[in-house]
Amino acid sequence: MKTNTHKVMGLKEAMGKYVKDGCHLSIGGFTINRNPMAAVYEIIRQQIKGIHLYAHSNGQGVDELVGAGCISCLEIAYGGMGKFSSTCIRFRKAIEDKKIRVEDYSNYQMTLRFLAGSMGIPFLPTRSSLGTDIIEKWGFPIEFRQADNRLPDNKLVVLENPFGTWCDTKRVVLVPAINPDVTIIHVQKADYLGNCRIEGLTFADVEQAKAAKALIITCEELLDDDYLKNEPDRNQIPFIHADAVVHLPYGAYPTACYQYYDYDPIYLKEYVKKAKDDALYRSYIEESILKHRTHSDLLDSIGRRRLEMISADKNRGYAKNLDRR
Amino acid sequence: MNYTLKEMMTLVAAREIRNGDIVFCGTGISMLAAMAAKNINAPESVIFFETGAIDSKLEDLPLAVGDSRIMYQASSNGGLLDAFATMQNRFTGEHIVGILGAAQIDIYGNLNSTVIGDYQQPAVRFAGSGGACDVASFVSRSIIFMKQEKRKFKVQLDYLTSPGYLDGPDGRENAGLPKGGPHRVITDMGVMGFDDGTKRMFLEGYYPGVTPEDILEKMEFEIDISRAGEVLPPTLEELTLLREKCDPHRLIL
Repeated sequence: MKTNTHKVMGLKEAMGKYVKDGCHLSIGGFTINRNPMAAVYEIIRQQIKGIHLYAHSNGQGVDELVGAGCISCLEIAYGGMGKFSSTCIRFRKAIEDKKIRVEDYSNYQMTLRFLAGSMGIPFLPTRSSLGTDIIEKWGFPIEFRQADNRLPDNKLVVLENPFGTWCDTKRVVLVPAINPDVTIIHVQKADYLGNCRIEGLTFADVEQAKAAKALIITCEELLDDDYLKNEPDRNQIPFIHADAVVHLPYGAYPTACYQYYDYDPIYLKEYVKKAKDDALYRSYIEESILKHRTHSDLLDSIGRRRLEMISADKNRGYAKNLDRR
Repeated sequence: MNYTLKEMMTLVAAREIRNGDIVFCGTGISMLAAMAAKNINAPESVIFFETGAIDSKLEDLPLAVGDSRIMYQASSNGGLLDAFATMQNRFTGEHIVGILGAAQIDIYGNLNSTVIGDYQQPAVRFAGSGGACDVASFVSRSIIFMKQEKRKFKVQLDYLTSPGYLDGPDGRENAGLPKGGPHRVITDMGVMGFDDGTKRMFLEGYYPGVTPEDILEKMEFEIDISRAGEVLPPTLEELTLLREKCDPHRLIL
């Protein structure tokens, strides 16, 4: 948290400063939309390891971080990329090969966990998952939890309704708060101080941003002070939460950014193909990520034509005539 | 009239949706079923996504529930918190129909979408709950798409991700879950319902060219087939609207 200082910096500097080996990280977006992909690729380039990642359904970003070996523990609701891949492939492989520890929650539970973190309370209640294995089966053994003071001792706790039968509810499930060391989100508009405007669905970005000890914002448009303040009703995250602002057009590519560009179906389909084969995937990491020094180098390799194809129609917010077959 | 099994399944699900329903849907065939209902038999149903969009226009088929296509001309674009609160909310939750899918289902409509094998050392890992457990916990009725295979209709699930009726008629109440539960299971061979008294699955219908025995053969557990009849095949009107209005580029079909 910082107040009146300019927070604009380069991506390398922001990742180097805040994303460390073994840190607890969360990333914004949902499946194939608004994942902070430029930041994900930079984490891979800097070969940051042992990350404890909190996700709800951040598909593409999670799969690439897992695939590149940056993650050791994952708390997640859903590892999928919609129609492109119903289960993220490197995520699946890493769990089946026991390369990462995983703890399962539901999407609502993960969102409430970020909300609790953002509110400064230890837990929040819900009625979701009563009677299921999400409560019964734990991915992180209790000894593992107890040995790490950055994890709560319990995965979930069931509590009899302390208000009797108020709201016709017999009992609730308590979900523990999350306070990541760092949250990285990609937004449409931000200013030098870190005020943010997200267009379209916010997913759980706002809760993730406010729960974090440090917040890194990457943005399509970096605006002068006061521009966003002229229409404060449209802003979701005030600057007091922000630590770093990075100007990164196409920073969510190859995932979508509403009103700016669509997801790139060619990239995502090729990704799925390569992810299925270990050798192909190694060369993908080498050729498509590590070889490029910056995100703009990566975009150059994709080429202007492809980026034009996914450019969003201003009155729709996505690329109306994009061939997605 | 020729039609594919996918078209049949989509339309059978769409027929279960009524005007006034708020339809929660996921990716793929469930989204298509919700769009089909809206275009064919339930124009006043409302499509609703866990990511926070309500009553999206859906001019083009979304390929994920995070697709920007669901944000265009929605009533409101919120976030996950709003969407799941709307399901847990006792006033709105009652009107919500969830459409789900899974890797395994048992006789009480409990679902597994997490692992095959032991949770600690899975033989196969799937995507996990996502919003499915939340939906199955909260909403008044759910429609479940399944492939009719013996390994998918299981006596014992490898992992219970999303609650159906748990262990029987009082299962949900004993666990502390809201009322509601699975309403239909739609497969590539037929349709199952759940008995009002026992909450056990029974065969409600079989598709033309399929017999109840064929279906039983593709299940690990036995269900009542005495109430089953043949399901009406898609009409020309249904098929035309599905193909031309909902998925003209055949992204799902």
